[in-house]
Order: sequence, then structure tokens, then C-alpha cells
Amino acid sequence: MMAFDSFSALLAMDGHAAYVWSAWGLTALLLIASALHARSERRHLMQNLKRRQRREHHADRGKAHES
Amino acid sequence: MQVIEPKAELGVAVRATIKRDMTLVLRRRSEVINPLVFFALVITLFPLGISPDPQMLAAIAPGLLWVAALLATQLSLDTLFRSDYDDGSLEQLLLSPQPLPALVLSKTLVHWLLTGLPLALMAPLLGLMLALPGQSYAVLAFSLALGSASLSLIGAIGAALTVGLSRGGVLLSLLVLPLYIPVLIFGAGAVQVVILGGNAAPYLAILGAQLCLALMLAPWAIAAALRISING
Amino acid sequence: MWAFIHKLGSPKWFYAISARLQPWFWGLAILLLLVGSVWGLVFAPSDYQQGNSFRIIYVHVPAAILAQSCFVAMAVSGVIFLVWKIKIADMAATVIAPFGAAMTFVALFSGAVWGMPTWGTWWVWDARLTSMLIQLFLYLGVIALRGAFASRDSGARAASVLALVGVVNIPIIKYSVNWWNTLHQPATFTLTERPAMPVEMWLPLLIMVLGFYCFFIALTLTRTRNEILRRESAKRWVRELVADTDRRG
Repeated sequence: MMAFDSFSALLAMDGHAAYVWSAWGLTALLLIASALHARSERRHLMQNLKRRQRREHHADRGKAHES
Repeated sequence: MQVIEPKAELGVAVRATIKRDMTLVLRRRSEVINPLVFFALVITLFPLGISPDPQMLAAIAPGLLWVAALLATQLSLDTLFRSDYDDGSLEQLLLSPQPLPALVLSKTLVHWLLTGLPLALMAPLLGLMLALPGQSYAVLAFSLALGSASLSLIGAIGAALTVGLSRGGVLLSLLVLPLYIPVLIFGAGAVQVVILGGNAAPYLAILGAQLCLALMLAPWAIAAALRISING
Repeated sequence: MWAFIHKLGSPKWFYAISARLQPWFWGLAILLLLVGSVWGLVFAPSDYQQGNSFRIIYVHVPAAILAQSCFVAMAVSGVIFLVWKIKIADMAATVIAPFGAAMTFVALFSGAVWGMPTWGTWWVWDARLTSMLIQLFLYLGVIALRGAFASRDSGARAASVLALVGVVNIPIIKYSVNWWNTLHQPATFTLTERPAMPVEMWLPLLIMVLGFYCFFIALTLTRTRNEILRRESAKRWVRELVADTDRRG
């Protein structure tokens, strides 16, 4: 069923290792990077929004004390 | 409500636009001459850069002439709407009651008459310098005249999209050059096939079909792009 | 129908519905990509002509298909944005463009790498690779045009018009490049066109294609949600949402 006899045969790809693994590697890299980027983008946005709202909240309370 | 502008005035407006643009461009003669000089200059670079061997030059001449003419058209695009944008007359054009696609079509026609057509007429002369084989001169001029009309129409879309940007020059070529590829393939192909002893009619027919398609679709895209650039 | 589209166009509603959809698409994408990769790399038989280098097909073809689908999706979003002024459509178009360009690059890179064992050179002016390259330039043009405008709305509308012009031109470009290619190098054998692939070869390919699509949908949902947060941050429902997550920690 398996096309290779051993794990090292899979890695070697009958001498085509450099081609197969570089194409697959770049694809995997770009997919994983875009997924991670989306996640960190969301985290950054949320953090910024939270920080801004807390600051505005404090500013509002400060104003209420003054008056 | 009363109809103030009767329909018959569309013809008048188109004619007036063409006449006005012709006068304006002809007054700044360099705008007509510069693309031609650029064309000749680029063609001069190739024998110097590659080889003066007539046989080699003849083999690549159709492609060279077409690519150089294409770049010359592309470089002249930036001026298509620029001065009208700067002096505010483009805004007037948008406010006019006439359909904008018809008006931009007449502006593009002027661009082709003063850029594409002179380039097409000049190309055989440069072909002579590149030792282009004898039977292909008419097809070269005709394919360039036909193809550069499509180039003007497609390029006007890019020019309209970038006219509001202060540094639109390089961006304009990035947008427009990929869209020029089909015209280049069939234009240069027509000249090549004549040199090889074939029939250029199918190529010219496809160039004509491309022009029809561009005539049908491009004016609307140009009009929409101008609206974005002005009102944006 | 119209009510549904306009409801879908409301950022708040989209944010809520996509929250429920996205875990499914992410999960499905990971599952399909893992199964497809192991099957394609380990279990699929090697090709009698190309040997194991043919395993590049399992990333090349899905990326190439997705590169084209992304352009169409981007243009359709552009039309929806231009005609009905639905902001969500433009947010989607904004996030689709870089991913589409990335997929085009993957297709080009894997095609070039595949060319080495097959043709003996890194680059051949093969019809598919050439039109892929032109498509990459079209993507870069759309991204650059959007970025060149100072106002987000003008940039969005200009990019939509250009995407639309591009999508009309892509079939014409493909047709011309094919014509040109058959003229200049007749009957070279192309990478992916082969007589009747056996089931154990094309089934993993199908799984990979589906996996790529799920990944694309999941990524677009997630990043469109990010765009909503970015552009609608002043809206009341976003502020309440942020305050809510803040309270919960």
C-alpha cells in the first residue's frame, strides 16, 4: 500500500527530494504563516481596542471627579 | 421637468471635445513628438545592445518594434487626463449632461490619433533600420494602427485610475502592461507570420475583435474610474 | 433573498455568524490537508514517467486552482461593493488579494521546481506558467493600487474596478498565451495534463483541493472579522463586545 519501503526512502524521494520537499515546504510555510498572521492580527487588534477603551473609561471618570 | 439638453447635442459635444483636445495637444507639440522620439531611441538601443548583424536583427525585429511601440504608448498615457485634471476641466466633463463614456471615448480617440497612429506610420521606417524583410511593412503598420487603438483604450482605464495620485507613473505601468499582453501577442504575431510566408488575416481579425471588445467595455470602465479619481 | 443579502452585509450580523462558522472550516481544512498530504506523499503510487517528482502536483494544482478562484472571488466582491455599497464585500476583497497573490506565487514556485526534473530547466515559457506569472502581476497591481490612495473608500473602489477589468482580461490573456505557446513550442508535454490518472492518484488530489478551499474560506472569515474590528471600532456593538471580552479576561 505504501509507496516507500522506509522512512528514509520517503525522505529521499528517489533523488527528487530537493524538488518535492522544497515545493511542499514553501506551500506549508505560506499556509501556516497566513494562519498565524491572522491569529496574531486579531490578538493585536483586540489588545489595542481594549487598551483604548480602558483609557477612555478612566478619562471619563476623571472628568466626573473634576466637576 | 423640462428637458434642457436635447439628445441631438451628444454629437455636438463629442465633436467639441475632439476639437478642443486636438487643439490643446497640438499646441504642446512635444506631447506628440516625444513618444516618437522615444520609439526611435529604444529601437536604436537594440542593435547597440545585441548585435548589428542584419540576420539576427531581422529575426527579432517584429517583437522589438511592437514592444517599443507599446512602451511608447504606455509612457504617453500619463498626459491623457493629467492636464485636464490639474486645471479642473475634468470635473466639468463629469458634470456635463452628456454621457461620460461617449466623452472619454472621444478623448481616447484623440490620444490614438496623435500617438498610436503616428507610431504606426513611423514603424516601417524603423523596420528598415532593423532589416525587416520586405513583405511585412504594410502588415506592421496596419497591425500597429489597429492594436494601438486597443492600447489607448485599455491604457486610458489605468490613466483614469491613477490620475488623482501624485506619483502614479510607475504604478500606471504596473497596472496597464499586463493587460497589454494579448494585443502584443497578436500584433507581433501578425508581422512574424507574414515574414514566415503565412497569412496575417487571422491575426488581424483577432486584433480587430480585441478592439471591438475594448470599444464596448473600456469607455464604461474609464468613466467609472474617472468618477472615483475625481469624487474620491 | 434581498433581505438576506443585506443582513449578511451588516458587519454585526456577519461577525456573529462567522464566529459560529469559522471553527468548522478551520477544522475541516486541517483535517483534509493532513489526510491529503499523508496520502499524496506516502501512499499514492509514484508516476511511471516522472517518478516521485510528480508528488508536487498535490500542492501545485490546488494552489493554481485557488489562485484563479481568489481572483474571481475578489472581482465578485468588488462588484457587490461597487453596486450595493456593501462594506463587508470590500473587507473580504481586501483580505483575499494578498492570499491570492501568495497562492499564485506557490503555483509558480512549485511549477518551476517541478520543471527542473521534468524539463531540465527551472523555467520554461509554458502556457500555464506564463499566464500564472501575468496573473501574479495583476494581483500586485490591485494590491498596489489600493495602497496608493489616501482615502480608504477611493482605494477600495479603484481596486474593485481594476479587479473587474482584470477578471474580464484573464480569459483573453489565457487564450492569447495558449495561442502563442502552441505557435512557438509545439507539443511539449505539459506538467499536469496526463491521460486518465488512476483513482489512487487523483483522489488525494481532490482531497487537497477541497482542503485548500476550506483553508481559504476559513482564513477569509477570520481576516474579514479582523477587518471589521479595525474599521468599525467606533461602533457601539464593537465597543460592547470589546468591553465584554475585557471583563471576562
